[in-house]
Amino acid sequence: MRRRQAIAFLALVGCCIALYLWFYKIGIIGKLQCGSGSCEYVQTSSYGALFGVPVAFYGVLGYAVIFAVAIAGLQPSQLARRWPTTALALLSAGGFLFTLYLTGIELFVLHAICRWCVGSAVVMCAITAVALSGWFARNSPS
Amino acid sequence: MRPFYLLLVLVAVVAGVLMWRASRSSGSDVSATAPDAPAFVTAADSAFQGYVLGSATAPVEVVEFADFQCPHCGEFANVQFPTIRDQLISTGRLRWRFRDFPLNFPWSRVAALAGQCAGEQGKFWEMEDALFQQQAAWGRSSSNPTSAFRDLARGIGADLDKYNACMDSQRYAGRIEASHRDGMARGVTGTPTFFVNGRELDNTRFGNSDAFKNMVDSLTGKGRH
Repeated sequence: MRRRQAIAFLALVGCCIALYLWFYKIGIIGKLQCGSGSCEYVQTSSYGALFGVPVAFYGVLGYAVIFAVAIAGLQPSQLARRWPTTALALLSAGGFLFTLYLTGIELFVLHAICRWCVGSAVVMCAITAVALSGWFARNSPS
Repeated sequence: MRPFYLLLVLVAVVAGVLMWRASRSSGSDVSATAPDAPAFVTAADSAFQGYVLGSATAPVEVVEFADFQCPHCGEFANVQFPTIRDQLISTGRLRWRFRDFPLNFPWSRVAALAGQCAGEQGKFWEMEDALFQQQAAWGRSSSNPTSAFRDLARGIGADLDKYNACMDSQRYAGRIEASHRDGMARGVTGTPTFFVNGRELDNTRFGNSDAFKNMVDSLTGKGRH
């Protein structure tokens, strides 16, 4: 149960970060608070969108789905079930690979770092670690 | 379990308030999104409608709102635009109008000024090419790239005394701001944004020169059978 709670909490934080970046991308927020980072350089690059959709929107969707699955897995009737653990492991693994791709673009193609993207990457890594540890701990369904 | 859900609600509420404040402080206020923007814009500034490339009688006009430091604009200018210029503008089928829409990059407005000061000497398009071609070099500079822009101006054959006087006076800052405000009024939120004969294009469909060529063909009837 603790793992699913942790994942739900982290997914909510990640969703807030992704929402912030998405709101910037669609013009609701005019300026990113980025300190000395290169958030706007990264966000307005051609890699800021995938198939015409802002990358941040995929983040919002991904985190929202992980959050929903974690919350569903916390319901009393689902606590002993294995499916939320498996679903969270699969979803977080997918999110981790996507994060790896985006971080690679920042480091090796754009040579610029967006602090909010780093924050999101840290959150996704944490979710993946917690989700996979739960999946490998087969004796403990939650 | 209840404290956990309260924690989630607390996180959501705090994030919501912070984002609401961020949108209030910078979402709709032009001067806030452009911290170096001058407060004063003259009628002459507003009357300037950008630099034009191509025939005045071309049947199609594209207006591009762009930022010299925006990577996507640089990619478009360096990869797609040369083909568009050769196949459509030089042949009299398309007229291209460049409008400044500086975003919040550190040197967006300085670069726009450099473009305008070169334009004062009839060398806007040469400077536009140079700024975009060298964007990777000056775009990530941590110090003001004015000297790099001066080198570019020298490279395109501009009169450096006049160019320097223009940059020092910032006499086109109001013109750039007027262009930015015009873009905002037309719904521009990012760059590059294109308008063809007054209508905004879907950037996801017009990211390459073939798409522009097909669009001009369809508008001039050349592609019809």
